Amino acid sequence: MKGLCLVFEVHQPLRLRRYRFFDIGSEHYYYDDFTNEHILRKVAANCYLPANKLLISLLKHYQGKFRIAFSITGVLLDQLELYAPEVLDSFRELAETGNVEFLAETYSHSLASMSSRDEFTAQVNAHSRRIEELFGKAPTSFRNTELVYSDEIGNWIAEMGFKSVLTEGARHILGWRSPDYLYCNTLNPKLKVLLRNFTLSDDIAFRFGNREWSEWPLTVEKFSSWINARAPKAELINLFMDYETFGEHQKKETGIFEFLKALPAEVIKKTPFNFMTPSDVADRFEPVSAIMVPNPVSWADEERDITAWLGNELQDAAFSKLYELEQMVRTCSDPALLSDWKYLQVSDHFYYMCTKFFSDGAVHAYFNPYESPYDAFMNYMNILSDFERRLQSACPGDGNGHELIQLRRRLEMKEEIVERLETELHNLRSKLKKLTVKGGKTATRTVKGSLSGKSTGKSPGKPVL
Amino acid sequence: MRVLMFGWEFPPHISGGLGTASYGLTRGMTAVPGMEVVFVVPKSWGDEDQSAIKLVGANNIRVALKRIVYKGVSTTVKKIEVESRIVPYSDPDHFWRLTRSQKSSRSMLVKTDDQGRIEFSGRYDNNLLEEIEKYSIVASVIASEEQFDVIHAHDWLAYPAGIAASRVSGKPLVIHVHATDFDRSGGSVNPVVFDIEKRGMEMADRIIAVSNLTRDTVINRYGINPAKVTTVYNAVEPVGGIYDDAGEGSVNEKVVTFLGRITLQKGPEYFIEAAHRVLQVMDGVRFVMAGSGDMLERMIRRAAALRITDRFHFTGFLKGVDVYRMLRRSDVYIMPSVSEPFGISPLEAMQSNVPVIISKQSGVAEILTHAVKVDFWDIDAMADAIHAILSYPALSGMFIEKGREEVENFKWENSARRVVGIYRSAVEEKQKR
Repeated sequence: MKGLCLVFEVHQPLRLRRYRFFDIGSEHYYYDDFTNEHILRKVAANCYLPANKLLISLLKHYQGKFRIAFSITGVLLDQLELYAPEVLDSFRELAETGNVEFLAETYSHSLASMSSRDEFTAQVNAHSRRIEELFGKAPTSFRNTELVYSDEIGNWIAEMGFKSVLTEGARHILGWRSPDYLYCNTLNPKLKVLLRNFTLSDDIAFRFGNREWSEWPLTVEKFSSWINARAPKAELINLFMDYETFGEHQKKETGIFEFLKALPAEVIKKTPFNFMTPSDVADRFEPVSAIMVPNPVSWADEERDITAWLGNELQDAAFSKLYELEQMVRTCSDPALLSDWKYLQVSDHFYYMCTKFFSDGAVHAYFNPYESPYDAFMNYMNILSDFERRLQSACPGDGNGHELIQLRRRLEMKEEIVERLETELHNLRSKLKKLTVKGGKTATRTVKGSLSGKSTGKSPGKPVL
Repeated sequence: MRVLMFGWEFPPHISGGLGTASYGLTRGMTAVPGMEVVFVVPKSWGDEDQSAIKLVGANNIRVALKRIVYKGVSTTVKKIEVESRIVPYSDPDHFWRLTRSQKSSRSMLVKTDDQGRIEFSGRYDNNLLEEIEKYSIVASVIASEEQFDVIHAHDWLAYPAGIAASRVSGKPLVIHVHATDFDRSGGSVNPVVFDIEKRGMEMADRIIAVSNLTRDTVINRYGINPAKVTTVYNAVEPVGGIYDDAGEGSVNEKVVTFLGRITLQKGPEYFIEAAHRVLQVMDGVRFVMAGSGDMLERMIRRAAALRITDRFHFTGFLKGVDVYRMLRRSDVYIMPSVSEPFGISPLEAMQSNVPVIISKQSGVAEILTHAVKVDFWDIDAMADAIHAILSYPALSGMFIEKGREEVENFKWENSARRVVGIYRSAVEEKQKR
């Protein structure tokens, strides 16, 4: 039995508005609602809705022989909720077929895995909770932002209890080996590692509609013949791509939907491969060996590393400034700040600052709201400056924040106790007054007695100071 | 190949980019094997840059032409006294008599002094049109005496000279558009200047524009056939050593500099407004407007009205080493030009490790990557960019480093090679006809 794993990444960045330095300290709204809504509605109409509709019918028709997986970012889910709730409904409908797996990732589609394990863990948990809420099942497989992966990140993921992880079948990590087998993490062999077959994936995702391509037009027959050609030396073929491939990157007119529609039958009938989700794969296959990934890989650009997001001076400065604020955010409970913290981490902000853009423009320019990486940096840093100021005023500053908050809480508790005791004292005083008015030394004695009695009976206990 | 080149100014007697560019280009030509340049200016002053060239005072001989031979140490100077067809006249009365009595169809009349020299002021003043006319007369004299393959005229002042030389010699004319009157006037074009420009463009065999922006102006505003207009970008002379002295002035204060003619074309008012915005929020920053021009007084009044004169400074016209000292002291250089055919000064700033903000309405924006580009009217964007460069060290660091790398690749040699290519095609075309 061989597996064919079809996984779609569904994501749209939350674009920031033009934020000038004189907005710092006075304007605290950072998002370009118009553009975000406009693009989301457009992509929903071109891709999400028609592709979901098609997939639902395919999944129903093939009754378990066709299985797929989605990796939907939290940032996208939030935007769908706001701008296109009908898309969320259709994803729910997909989930109800029982043949769709939803993967876990960082909520913000962030690069937290490059900076902080705590933040990373928190975001993955937040995303898993959201997925479970929406689709009724907690994820068991993981796909990091843009397939960013290293041995260490794999180890974190394993310790969080995930079965499998997806990453790029980059040549430099594979060497002579094939991406078409299941591997496992070096540090924690329990975690299965699925490697993307980038040739076959990009044949669909990048080259499908390209008339200059020598293989154009790509038919399902041709595609299945390529799969068959690999079959003798393949156990598992992983096709991971942007969901926007269908109808957005490859327009409807290219015939991409017809391709998708015909693909399941072709694979089922003419190849020895069965459709599986990443968790199916993890359950059914044994890894052939461990794969060593000491330095992070991703699926981006020729380099297949993280230099699309981090590496130049601008990106590094913005990134380290952002995560400098992490400790302060931990002490903060303001929902508006926490939500901005979430959205400021979206990896696309750093992607726009990439200066490889100057030579490798095509992909980076796609949906890019900025004219240059410098422009992206300036805008982001202005926003970050405002965010930092808000954090500082809302939450106690610097690294001692945690201690300060605890001290403040204890102070508040003491004040409560003092207040309670004061009212009690006041009550007792007034009672004493009444009794003294009634007269005599006996009365005073009684009061003394009752006071001591009361104090034992009604004592609030030893203050926990 | 020999080029007869007509310019108007030559360093250090320059008022702007034209002199710098023609000088740079002729220097770049020395890198092209077999190129010889004869550079003619109306007036030489005797203190022009002699490190690589020697100049002869044209105004001291009857009809002078300066030949510049760049070749290492063997710099030679040739001065030619022209057997003139010009009929000299010394005073108006004399002139009147000449025109009355002995006018010959092959002779031209020009005023000379008692030694037969033609006088040029070399300035841009009221007699400019007369000077241009005289220049073209001398040009035709030179053209009939000299051996050369192609004529190259820099900007409108020299177009008539180029045309005259071409007519006398039958050699192809290449004109070089460093600016048009649309740039200088902000739209309200002087019809006389426009006519001279248009005639030059029409008569030229080939036209070199300093940017696509300028090329479009030539094609659309002057109605010139696109096929004969080619863009050749300017470059910048490499500088070394001159900046090695230690930094001067106050360390803690940041300086934002505007350097150029204070005229409508350069957009000085947008700089003041942007400065005002920045100063409302930031401390420890000063703004400098260096240069002079017809809008200077208005700018001073505006700065005063905005009550920013304690932080906004005017230096007047700077030249030579003062320019470089000013740049060295700067943390941001800004060129908010409303219309700038090219704009060499940002390149000079980048050489001096200064991040630059340039307007999108400048030719240099077409070739620069490591610079902030804003619309000249977008004061908010300008202010924002100033603030960002001053506030985020990663940004200024990257601009400085990448900017210097970038600007080092703009070599006059390369521009010169492209120009020589244009000469060749012009010569070939002319021969075919």
